[in-house]
Amino acid sequence: MGLIKEIDYGTPQAKSEKQVTLTIDGFAVTVPEGTSVMRAAMEAGIKVPKLCATDMVDAFGSCRLCLIEIEGRNGTPSSCTTPVAEGLVVRTQTERLKTLRKGVMELYISDHPLDCLTCAANGDCELQDMAGAVGLRDVRYGYEGDNHVSAKSRDGGNDNFRWMPKDESNPYFTYDPSKCIVCSRCVRACEEVQGTFALTIEGRGFDSRVSPGMHEDFLSSDCVSCGACVQACPTATLTEKSVIEIGQPEHSVVTTCAYCGVGCSFKAEMRGDELVRMVPWKDGKANRGHSCVKGRFAWGYATHQDRILNPMIREKISDPWREVTWDEAFAHVASEFKRIQSQYGRGSVGGITSSRCTNEETYLVQKLVRQGFGNNNVDTCARVCHSPTGYGLGQTFGTSAGTQDFDSVEHTDVAIVIGANPAAGHPVFASRLKKRLRQGAKLIVIDPRRTETVRAPHVEAAYHLALQPGTNVAVITSLAHVIVTEGLFDEAFIREKCDWSEFEDYAQFVADPSHSPEATEAYTGVPADALRGAARLYARGVNGSIYYGLGVTEHSQGSTTVMAIANLAMLTGNIGRPGVGVNPLRGQNNVQGSCDMGSFPHELPGYRHISGDAARETFEMLWGVKLDHEPGLRIPNMLDAAVQGSFKGIYIQGEDILQSDPDTKHVSAGLAAMECVVVQDLFLNETANYAHVFLPGSTFLEKDGTFTNAERRINRVRKVMAPRNGYADWEVTQGIAQAMEIDWNYTHPSQIMDEIAATTPSFARVSYALLEELGSVQWPCNEQAPNGTPVMHVDGFVRGKGKFIRTEYIPTDEKTGPRFPLLLTTGRILSQYNVGAQTRRTENVVWHAEDVLEIHPHDAEQRGIREGDWVRLASRAGETALRATITDRVAPGVVYTTFHHPETQANVITTDYSDWATNCPEYKVTAVQVSPSNGPSDWQVEYDALSRRSRRIVPRDAAE
Amino acid sequence: MSHEEAGASSPHAKIVRMANQIGAFFRSKPHDEGVAGVAEHINKFWEPRMRRQLFEVVDSGGTGLAPLVLEASSVIRRPTAEQERTPPA
Ligand code: SF4
Ligand code: SF4
Ligand code: SF4
Ligand code: FES
Repeated sequence: MGLIKEIDYGTPQAKSEKQVTLTIDGFAVTVPEGTSVMRAAMEAGIKVPKLCATDMVDAFGSCRLCLIEIEGRNGTPSSCTTPVAEGLVVRTQTERLKTLRKGVMELYISDHPLDCLTCAANGDCELQDMAGAVGLRDVRYGYEGDNHVSAKSRDGGNDNFRWMPKDESNPYFTYDPSKCIVCSRCVRACEEVQGTFALTIEGRGFDSRVSPGMHEDFLSSDCVSCGACVQACPTATLTEKSVIEIGQPEHSVVTTCAYCGVGCSFKAEMRGDELVRMVPWKDGKANRGHSCVKGRFAWGYATHQDRILNPMIREKISDPWREVTWDEAFAHVASEFKRIQSQYGRGSVGGITSSRCTNEETYLVQKLVRQGFGNNNVDTCARVCHSPTGYGLGQTFGTSAGTQDFDSVEHTDVAIVIGANPAAGHPVFASRLKKRLRQGAKLIVIDPRRTETVRAPHVEAAYHLALQPGTNVAVITSLAHVIVTEGLFDEAFIREKCDWSEFEDYAQFVADPSHSPEATEAYTGVPADALRGAARLYARGVNGSIYYGLGVTEHSQGSTTVMAIANLAMLTGNIGRPGVGVNPLRGQNNVQGSCDMGSFPHELPGYRHISGDAARETFEMLWGVKLDHEPGLRIPNMLDAAVQGSFKGIYIQGEDILQSDPDTKHVSAGLAAMECVVVQDLFLNETANYAHVFLPGSTFLEKDGTFTNAERRINRVRKVMAPRNGYADWEVTQGIAQAMEIDWNYTHPSQIMDEIAATTPSFARVSYALLEELGSVQWPCNEQAPNGTPVMHVDGFVRGKGKFIRTEYIPTDEKTGPRFPLLLTTGRILSQYNVGAQTRRTENVVWHAEDVLEIHPHDAEQRGIREGDWVRLASRAGETALRATITDRVAPGVVYTTFHHPETQANVITTDYSDWATNCPEYKVTAVQVSPSNGPSDWQVEYDALSRRSRRIVPRDAAE
Repeated sequence: MSHEEAGASSPHAKIVRMANQIGAFFRSKPHDEGVAGVAEHINKFWEPRMRRQLFEVVDSGGTGLAPLVLEASSVIRRPTAEQERTPPA
């Protein structure tokens, strides 16, 4: 095991089909047209010295170190900016070049500190490498002249006005201007890769320096801390603080980010079993070498002091926790669940799988429920986010997943983003989308709020349809109305791939004047001409794609909206090739996987309904039990049944339903009514306040497994350190099963994957060996698609013919009125993740210390609310208090907040209304009132006290 | 119906609400397809306890249930008592 060193080819890969052959130092090289001479040389194994070029950004040609000679041409062009041409004869090492390069290096070094021995980049510095490469032995200029290196001028006394102090404002990296060689790699990375444009080169010539924003520090600039500039920097100027503290890593392991559904691949760079830094992996097919602040930097929670490392038990939730051994804990859980089932019936217990855990782990939890508990009461947090996606796409296309890979965005011409804010929720995808938009693709945003996605540097949506929360179906059906009535649909596609009579029925339905934009404008708030413009733009674009998020699904008509989106894509023939498709942006890292693995109470792995005899028999044969053919309870149904007294025990792996699920008071009442609540997590989360057994969980750094991202891509998670709690999460579930005398004997997660492949047709060919070979693979991966399926429905739909479904808009029952005149909608921000259990335990809190309520100036003024005031936020479900911020990002009548902090408990406000088909809660629409307040509500104060009380722990030795 | 009545207070009110939501979606389908759709959806996704509660409402006259749901109830599977109470195998 060593450090994985990726080759830097100096300039990005050229995409041309046409090949060109040239000679470099006597070797013939054949590369695609458009490749730089530098890259061609590297492909031939010849490394031309370079400083300002790196293959993550376009060449700039400023350092003049990469000079070459070309036969028949004058001068010494830079190889990074010179494209290859047929028959070129190139020399990279001549006497003239050697002298020139030495001269260049001499100049650089004369304005660079010589503290290499104590420098954090020692051993990983390209300036150092180049000094060695060109054979620099002495520097004639001395260090007395003008420089940026020392704070005082050399002759003593006076301040050196060129010198700038270190900027340590960013919690994760430092900027030391004295070491900057002004190669502008950071500036280009911020622009081209990240798309934030936070950095500039300030000043000219010798005076120039890198600057965040208008001479700001990093923290107060527009920087979103993605780290691309740090990765691009060839010197110690931009350096991870962890490297400064620990030193250079010595080995690395490729693994997958455990935060969001983009599923970025990283090299975990280690020194021993200490993580030094995470560096995005260039070969990662989801992220192509990029990352966001969470994946790259926010992993400190793994060693946070709040982590619980010993299992704990208590009889009543008012008791303090008592630490026990793992064996005691397993035996206790097993005997409690058995007792409850014999007392209250087989259906009185259930489990919740985690979208943060691996496929193998979720598979085992649903297996424990179906095989061990003998019922189907298993659900997952996808219930509260993307369950309508599964249902809606299943009905229309025949598979419960997105149709494309992320690379597809590079081929799109018009992208519609609905109810998603990728810049905050799926940052690496956002960067890739913005890159495409800067190349000229068009963007349509459908969202009540003017999100960062609507306008970013050098990117602006052609249309922003700022609809009233809750009117998605009306707006999308109206788009279809325009496409149908103006004859913009793709008849050839529909005739070939869809059911024509269903299309006719649907066309007749949407063509009704009641669905025209002029008619819907009254209640959606979207101007008719903007809606018509957007419909035409999407329908006429060559490749039109749709990306959507929770703003689509978390509504009482969430499933209907997903169908409406699918209709739109079929109508315009935007399915089945790169650049198009319907793409749900999945929230958590493995929410796709947890759904694939049979986490729903009505479905076995691979989305096979539990009532199907064939699928059930596959598992019955293997597991040696009879499976229940009735669907089980979904999370909200479990809580209802608990309140009603027929549901008494639950095993929750890696979810915090008390904080993440709607109508907190109903959730807590449900939990409080149970006799055995088992919570498995890294920290004592909010749900654990109501738990009787706590089983410590492990982080993604501590186990092997796989995550499946939003593109259906199965990525490997690799263990880089031993679990601090003693067991990986899959081993904990196995411990419970064994204590229940179920015969499980897995010794490695690869065996669990083998079982999944053996039982689930869409995973038939998946194995750890295959993943090792291909890096990752997108399901379906089987006989028909041995290397997986980047784009789905290419030769027709999985269900046969694409199905058009009528999508009638039905307003939600959640309506504003005199008592609750405003609509609350919820969302997320970049630096925090989900309920924040992990990100709140990292330095990311500098960007988001608390949840705040966004309110329009008009609504604020009416209520006498000023910026930063405490306000009371009340709905029919409950009330809470938080601070307000006044902004016109939200429309009058709409307020907005995030739900990352337990103190705010935004879900005290949300109601138990839900999607008609899946019970996915209606988070995105709650009628509320906002009024001035002095501070936290009584409920928040009480809850805080309860949390403190229920987190008391009696250590094991103390009890002896 | 006011918000207060529609809340979680009564299990039957909630079941009626959920069933009617399903009914509302299938209303825009041709009638027979709609009835079949409601029944199939509830059969596929509702655990026996929830179907039992639905039948408690249906059997006591179906107050509050949309006509489409009432009509579909003849094709919805009635849960058997033993399904709910069987102790583990
Ligand atoms: S961290 Fe990212 S956003 Fe910030 S300056 Fe560097 S590249 Fe730009
Ligand atoms: S900070 Fe680093 S990458 Fe940016 S110009 Fe200076 S040396 Fe180059
Ligand atoms: S949080 Fe998402 S976008 Fe950020 S690094 Fe992780 S997977 Fe990538
Ligand atoms: S590497 Fe080519 S000019 Fe700097």
